[in-house]
Amino acid sequence: MKNNEIRDLIQHNIKNKSHFSDKAMPLFFLTMALISVLTTFGIVYTLVVDAFKFFANVPLSEVFSTRLQPLSANPSFGILPLLNGTILTTIIAMIVAVPVGMAAAIYLSQFASKKLRKMLKPILEILAGIPTIVYGFFAYSVVTPILMTLIPSLEPKNVLSPGLVMGIMIIPMVASLSEDAMNAVPSIMKDGATGLGSTKLETTFKVVIPAAISGIMSSIVLAISRAIGETMIVTIASGSSKRFTFDITQSMQTMTSYIVEFTSGDAGSGTVGYYSLYAVGLILFIFTLTMNLIAQYITKKYGERY
Amino acid sequence: MKETRFNIDENRIKRRIMLNNRVRDLFSVVIVLVMAILLVLLYRIGKDSIGWLDLQFLTSNLSIFPEKAGIKGAIIGSLYMMLVVIPITLILGVATAIYLEEYANDGKVQRFIKINISNLASVPSVIFGLLGLTFFSRMLNLGSSILAGGLTMSLLVLPIVVVAAQEALKAVPSFLREASYGMGADKWTTIWRVILPVALPGILTGAILAMSRAIGETAPLVALGIPTLLMRIPNSLMDNFTVLPIQIYYWTLDSVLTREYTFLAAATIVVLLVTLFILNSIAIVIRNKFQKTF
Repeated sequence: MKNNEIRDLIQHNIKNKSHFSDKAMPLFFLTMALISVLTTFGIVYTLVVDAFKFFANVPLSEVFSTRLQPLSANPSFGILPLLNGTILTTIIAMIVAVPVGMAAAIYLSQFASKKLRKMLKPILEILAGIPTIVYGFFAYSVVTPILMTLIPSLEPKNVLSPGLVMGIMIIPMVASLSEDAMNAVPSIMKDGATGLGSTKLETTFKVVIPAAISGIMSSIVLAISRAIGETMIVTIASGSSKRFTFDITQSMQTMTSYIVEFTSGDAGSGTVGYYSLYAVGLILFIFTLTMNLIAQYITKKYGERY
Repeated sequence: MKETRFNIDENRIKRRIMLNNRVRDLFSVVIVLVMAILLVLLYRIGKDSIGWLDLQFLTSNLSIFPEKAGIKGAIIGSLYMMLVVIPITLILGVATAIYLEEYANDGKVQRFIKINISNLASVPSVIFGLLGLTFFSRMLNLGSSILAGGLTMSLLVLPIVVVAAQEALKAVPSFLREASYGMGADKWTTIWRVILPVALPGILTGAILAMSRAIGETAPLVALGIPTLLMRIPNSLMDNFTVLPIQIYYWTLDSVLTREYTFLAAATIVVLLVTLFILNSIAIVIRNKFQKTF
């Protein structure tokens, strides 16, 4: 009875075998898969075409100046204030995220008991899942007022607060990527060090971290890329003054918040101001792409397999 | 001589052990601090939303009076956008994953697509906004409609679905495949009748995670030029719309002018976070309950 059913099924399958689906389906799936490639080309194309129109209109000496006044009667498009704002917020974020993220990663992978780890991991995941707009609210409505009581000269919009909050946002990313790297170090190596009388701390710093350094480095590079591309926190809490200064208590604009200001604002299509958007977007894209390629290169070149 | 060999400097050992313990404590304090920050964040948002988050808030339209303002429009906008995002990312994402895992034969095309997807995943979301602005809003003339926003968002979260679906397909044991071929089924039948049903829980988990990303994402939609004030509730895909994160954005920005807007933003954040929490819980349940292990 059972055998008969199976035989029928096989017969049925063979009879119904359509050569059409064997030829059409791969083509269909390839087309679908190529849409993601098309997206990348779309991004590069839109950025390059309009950025080119910008660079055709604005001399390079102006681009690399510190004067950014896109809406004034005598507009100037210096990118340095934006680069400066981006780099400063990124540095502040990294000062928070790298040590804290590493400490969390080391604690989770080397010191914490299995039970504690099972409890702490989901908390990191919660932190990682909070939308950036919520962090933006946090920076502007909670952290800045607290900081203002500590630093009276702090402006309501400043670079310090979004930088710190961005760091908090990136902690889970650094922690979980570095932890993965440290967990991938084979326990034979750790056991060897412990057998020679090392404490856990010594094992961690002299064996585990050197062995996992490529993963740790690439997690940091990815975190930098994330900080450079982060938009909502800086848009809300850092404001839009296009100053070129190194004073982190002041308001500055990043590349990302410049894009937000000008797309949601009323820069008419076809003006130099409108094209400047794409120039900034292109530079931002090149920055983050380079960072990701570096991260991939580090893992590929220095990643040791055990 | 023998004595000195075993006569290890005890003070030194004590110091090393002490250092070990001190650093361990320091690291645990750091973790506690991170959790404390998370608690402060949740506490402040919870506290600010008390008295503002009620049924009236969920079911009212926007209003210039903070006491009367509600997020009905934003909730409906978010739901509408999901109507676009879910089918598009599911079809595109799963099809891409099927191509990469089942049809491609480790050639250059496959490698290229894989590299492309991993790079796409790390492009800042505001850049996707620029793409959407240029391509969907201006070139296809969709303006700042739900369709334009949904399509932009679909491309943004596509890599999440692709990677999750790839993992799910990889996890299907090869004996199922072989059994299916052994019974005379062709490739497509095998994929449709055998592989996809087994991989479905993993695919759904990925789809839900992509959804929660799309619900919380703000920058690309702001770049599309979603209007500040929306008076009408959208009722077709071509209507203008607003979503929860955008509402939070404008209320936070305008809290300089009207103090109450901070509370409205906080209440909206609570709605957003609860939504995300429910979605993630569903994903975890699907992962734990329906994932078959072989």
